[in-house]
Amino acid sequence: MEDKIKEYEVVIGIEAHAELSTKTKIYCNCSTEYGADPNTHCCPICTGMPGVLPVLNEKVVEYAVKMGLATDCSIAKFSKQDRKNYFYPDLPKAFQTSQFDLPLCTNGHVDIFVNGAQKTIGITRIHIEEDAGKLIHDEFTGSTLVDMNRCAVPLIEIVSEPDIRNAAEAIEYMQTLKGILEYLEVCDCKMQEGSLRCDVNLSVRKHGDSKLGTRTETKNLNSFKAIQKSIEFEIRRQIEELENGGTIYQETRRFDDNLGTGYAMRTKEDAHDYRYFEEPDLAPIVLSDEYVSNIKNNLPEMPNVRRARYIEQYMLSEYDASQITNSKRLANYFDKTVSLCNNPKAVTNWIMGDFFKMLNELGLKINESKIIEQNLANLIKLIDTNVISSAMAKKVFVEMFETGKDAKAIVEEKGLVQITDESAILKIVEEVVNSNDQSVSDYLAGKDKAIGFLVGQIMKLSKGKANPTTVNELLIKVLGAKK
Amino acid sequence: MELYSLTIHEIAKKIKSKEVTIREVLDSVYSRIDSLENKVNAYINLTKEYAYISADKLQKKLDAGEDIGFLGGVPIAIKDNMCIKDVKTTCGSRMLENFVAPYDATVIERLELAGAIIIGKTNMDEFAMGSSTESSYFKKTVNPWDITKVPGGSSGGSAASVSCDMAFAALGSDTGGSIRQPASYCSTVGLKPTYGLVSRFGLVAFASSLDQIGPFTKDVTDMAIMLNAIVGHDEKDTTSVNLDKIDYTKYLINDAKNITIGIPREFLKEGLNPDVKEAFDIAIDKLIKLGAKVIDVNLDYIKYSLATYYIIATAEASSNLGRYDGIKYGYRTDKFDNLLDIYKKSRTEGFGEEVKRRIMLGTYVLSSGYYDAYYKKAQKVRTLIINDFKRVFEECDIIALPTAPNTAFKMGEKNLNPLEMYLEDIYTVPVNIAGLPGISVPCGFCHFNMPIGLQFISSAFEEEKLLQLAYTYEQNTEFHKMKPNI
Repeated sequence: MEDKIKEYEVVIGIEAHAELSTKTKIYCNCSTEYGADPNTHCCPICTGMPGVLPVLNEKVVEYAVKMGLATDCSIAKFSKQDRKNYFYPDLPKAFQTSQFDLPLCTNGHVDIFVNGAQKTIGITRIHIEEDAGKLIHDEFTGSTLVDMNRCAVPLIEIVSEPDIRNAAEAIEYMQTLKGILEYLEVCDCKMQEGSLRCDVNLSVRKHGDSKLGTRTETKNLNSFKAIQKSIEFEIRRQIEELENGGTIYQETRRFDDNLGTGYAMRTKEDAHDYRYFEEPDLAPIVLSDEYVSNIKNNLPEMPNVRRARYIEQYMLSEYDASQITNSKRLANYFDKTVSLCNNPKAVTNWIMGDFFKMLNELGLKINESKIIEQNLANLIKLIDTNVISSAMAKKVFVEMFETGKDAKAIVEEKGLVQITDESAILKIVEEVVNSNDQSVSDYLAGKDKAIGFLVGQIMKLSKGKANPTTVNELLIKVLGAKK
Repeated sequence: MELYSLTIHEIAKKIKSKEVTIREVLDSVYSRIDSLENKVNAYINLTKEYAYISADKLQKKLDAGEDIGFLGGVPIAIKDNMCIKDVKTTCGSRMLENFVAPYDATVIERLELAGAIIIGKTNMDEFAMGSSTESSYFKKTVNPWDITKVPGGSSGGSAASVSCDMAFAALGSDTGGSIRQPASYCSTVGLKPTYGLVSRFGLVAFASSLDQIGPFTKDVTDMAIMLNAIVGHDEKDTTSVNLDKIDYTKYLINDAKNITIGIPREFLKEGLNPDVKEAFDIAIDKLIKLGAKVIDVNLDYIKYSLATYYIIATAEASSNLGRYDGIKYGYRTDKFDNLLDIYKKSRTEGFGEEVKRRIMLGTYVLSSGYYDAYYKKAQKVRTLIINDFKRVFEECDIIALPTAPNTAFKMGEKNLNPLEMYLEDIYTVPVNIAGLPGISVPCGFCHFNMPIGLQFISSAFEEEKLLQLAYTYEQNTEFHKMKPNI
């Protein structure tokens, strides 16, 4: 099977939905805040009560235009909103207001980096629309209840070209979108809360085939893990189906993250006919050149620009630069720490190493950790000025991570100051050399390994405080004298 | 003379001068309703209790020397598709039999700001779909001029109530003629303002791009007063325009000189009742005598208005009425097996025939595969019709037409043939398609004494021109003074 898989090319397009972080909903003044008691953030307008009319929240347009400009889209000077009609209990008006044939932004792209190679993913369009409510299935009573708090929370839908070829690219594409959305501060990108989610359109074809295969659409993926697993699942499913002489049907699918399997929801035959038409209650959106250029001139530095700057200015590797700049919070943390200690390489190593690992274990964001920028900078300065060794610093770091204390304070408290005085170290070195004849003769007989044991003994005797570089130098000198 | 038979400008004066109390005015109009309502069936609900509370409040203010507004204490009826806080708004449908809105329509706020007292909600065709008020789920309103005939529709309850003094004025809504046609059938003045002049917030939507609220009054002076109360930008309705407010009563000028009236003669041939034609011709002669200049104009695309209308209006309606699905809004069926079953049964049982017919038509014209042939084409024709009017208004100030091709028909007569009923809107529909204002004023009676209406149409936001011509015509005729003998 694995060989067969290699015979196929995978074609993926992604529709990403980002909830905009406006204070109020798209057509009324209700709060968009997540997690409130059911049906407390709604009003006659967002619940579509008979007789009400929508009024467009201008921030929604501004945020969508920002995203469009940040992804090199053309911004439509004239666009309109349309009704997408369908019946579902989470949609009280029985239509979703969206944009059909004249979206706000079209024809853009983003650059992604996978395995060090740059790839451009086209963006077909970005349009504004409203979210639907949520159905809550009460297993106890067997009833289904509707929570309308999410009704009419503003969304942008970002539709990619079918330029993506595998799960890694899909993840990287979503990471890149997430980074841009965060930099623009138009979406909080909390995937677990559904504020950033996506639908994956996927088809396969034999390499060299000019005709695209039949695609399926897996809906509502709201974690990177789910995106990856569902893509891997669907690739395998489609290829197996074809290899077994089966047919791929155009269908909408769901992916069950817990079970790790996807299943069909509905086929093309019973697909909705949404009967799109222009929303007559809302005037067209007409944007002046001045409006667009004003937004353009005030865009913050984008992740790709920052990435290039890190590579150029700080000599970061492409991978490290990408990882750090993907998150605005992380990049801001990085910048501030570098400005305080002037050692970008050390800051990168700490962030990409222990810090990342420990944050990930607790599922924390960098700004949620107890280590503030000044503390990390202080720690790096202590190493750079030889006050403590790297090995000691690792211990200090753990303490900082747990308590939030300043590095200097921990070093003083624990008496962790490094011994750099050569005569003091020499004393210990000689003591260890004199009391470990066997290791010394092993070393002299050519067993280089033995030196590691001797260094360990010296560090132990100095309670880890001896400067390791000095220890090495002196030990080799002392042993050399014995030859 | 009974108080209820007076006009707004007459009764408002008597109230302000304290010649009568507001309670006396309310007593008078409610006693009129008591004596006629079982015959006329104009109202779905009366808001008596609330009306008297308002009356007492206003009287107190008046007695304290405060201003109570230019409609201070005047009893007004509201078509039952405009929301009033804590009052049922049924739209004449079983679907909304128990719907109570938690808010006021903007027009209600504005009327009350001007001191009006809302006395009740009037009957209408279900969801304003119809030309006879027969499709109401609750009752059939009759024409006060002949109780075997329909009052027109869809605002039949509002027209009937004003024509037989069961209200001093009423609000209706006009999507394809629903104010002007019943005004014509019942011999009242009825005006459909320019699309965007009056806020639609709180009006239960039928066809959003065509709907507009307007008044029924006993004469043109009252119409100017009512317009003063309800027009104006509303930030809750983004399709309402922001224009400087004008005082429409200033245009009540008895002078037709310098007004050029265009008549699309081509449009007056087929299907026009000879009595209506004759009354129309006499009215035009009268206007010429009063100094108006009359010219022939051509509206090339107007013949497609009705087809265009029944595509656009039903398409929008099919979407607007989607929310009545038995989940959050509207009637819910008693017995169901699953979600689809709730939808199907609730809508089957909750909607009447005409509404279902239009939902199906509208769903059809928007369906993929048919959209281009119907809806898209209709939108293009709509643009042609708009441009047609624009061109003609370079030649004339006002277009004159009969309001309806016939006088009121017998109840039940056109129920079996919806197309025949639709044809009653032929002269009113183009005005909605183009978003223009139109007024209907009484201009005579047919040989069996049913009222006939004369319609004036102007460019967008030139209601003052309509009022001036209508006022001039009214001041020089007696038709508006005729009352039904009921």
